[in-house]
Amino acid sequence: MARTAPVDDWAIDFDVLDPSYVRDPFTIWDDLRSSCPIAHTNRRVSSWLPTRYEDVTAIAHDIEHFSSLRVAVIPVGDEEGGDEDGGGPQLEYGLPPISADPPLHTWTRRLLLPWFSHRRVESYIPLTRQLCQKLLDGFATSGQADAAADYAQQIPVRVIAHILGVPIEMSDDFTGWVRDILEFADDPERRMNGANALLTYFVGELEVRRHSPGDDLLSELLQTEVEGQPLDDGIILGMAALVLIAGVDTTWSAIGSSLWHLATHAEDRKRMVAEPELMPLALEELLRAYSPVTMARLVTADYEYAGCPMKEGDKVLMNFPAANRDPEAFDHPDEVVLDRAHNRHVAFGSGIHRCAGSNLARMELQVALEEWLLRIPEFSLEDGKEIAWAGGQVRGPRVLPVVFP
Amino acid sequence: MRVRVDPEKCQGHARCYGLAPEIFDVDDYGQASVIVDVVPVELEAKTRLAVANCPEYAIEILDD
Repeated sequence: MARTAPVDDWAIDFDVLDPSYVRDPFTIWDDLRSSCPIAHTNRRVSSWLPTRYEDVTAIAHDIEHFSSLRVAVIPVGDEEGGDEDGGGPQLEYGLPPISADPPLHTWTRRLLLPWFSHRRVESYIPLTRQLCQKLLDGFATSGQADAAADYAQQIPVRVIAHILGVPIEMSDDFTGWVRDILEFADDPERRMNGANALLTYFVGELEVRRHSPGDDLLSELLQTEVEGQPLDDGIILGMAALVLIAGVDTTWSAIGSSLWHLATHAEDRKRMVAEPELMPLALEELLRAYSPVTMARLVTADYEYAGCPMKEGDKVLMNFPAANRDPEAFDHPDEVVLDRAHNRHVAFGSGIHRCAGSNLARMELQVALEEWLLRIPEFSLEDGKEIAWAGGQVRGPRVLPVVFP
Repeated sequence: MRVRVDPEKCQGHARCYGLAPEIFDVDDYGQASVIVDVVPVELEAKTRLAVANCPEYAIEILDD
């Protein structure tokens, strides 16, 4: 089956890169939930796509049958028997802890978590706020902007650069590499070149810090000992790459989708401006309705789940975005209810792999929306301009032209 | 009202802290805990909100 072939039957031949799925996955999930709640495809590699909250969370918690060793939604070259290394730096431990199972997952995660605790994240607020204000200074009086490229895309990468201790001036390069890896996954050469550039950069940065450490995450990892031994370079490289890859596209997508919602739903926009105290609940509701991230799991051995004959090596796409639209778990799931009171959404995952950066993502989304609404309380989509969405592993707008008085 | 966080179920989503920081804290490793003995009456609604937003069903209301 050609990779770009149109989908006739989503239940047995789904494709998360199909343009109609990228644009509007919601109706497809609704159909699947009522007809075939765990869909299957043989495109690329045998993969399953659960769409119900109950199944997604149950599989996320079952780390015995579902490993995190392969979390890419679109298989990376070696999974298909290809050779994709291209001679660049290799990640012999993957990207721990996200692509690891216990015990590696457990101790690498404990090294990362304090950098993203709610206390630490509070210390990043002034920087984030200044950054948003500076971006808004650039276009707030011009009457129009690309809310994705001029704003959303510019924020998380700079906060992550600060945490990693790498130059903020490198942000455009970081964004390009991360997009190559996550958004152009069906173009193996582009993905490989992005990964090689990112890893080569970090190999160099680690060398610098080995001799002159700073107070950043990279320097701390280089000085960390576990059971009396320094960390293997491969572990440090994997963790550094993870923080960048996971911290950029994801939050940028959440900010962009939230601005898209507010540009297209004037009542909600007015309400958020008039009732800023809604923010804590509204944030979670926007995260629920427009969850950006789908992660994969690897079936560890032949296993029948809910009547599905899963085979060792199959992928399961952890469809957190669809789980968050399940009417069994949420009343009127396709409506954005800014003050939704019952909201056990799993935008940040469920179980032991809960997004380690969730506090940071939530803060960035909040500050980005607060600052935007303060400066641009009225805005709407620009008539006649195309909006472009990315999808697959991370869904969000990439081109979002808006106008304002 | 008293509440309890089940440390086995808690995965550090920090939704409880976000909604009711007077009642819950989350440590540097993502473990939530209850920081009051008895929930003040005026914070009961907030506490119920936190319970209804925990993705791991980790918060339990003990007596009401």
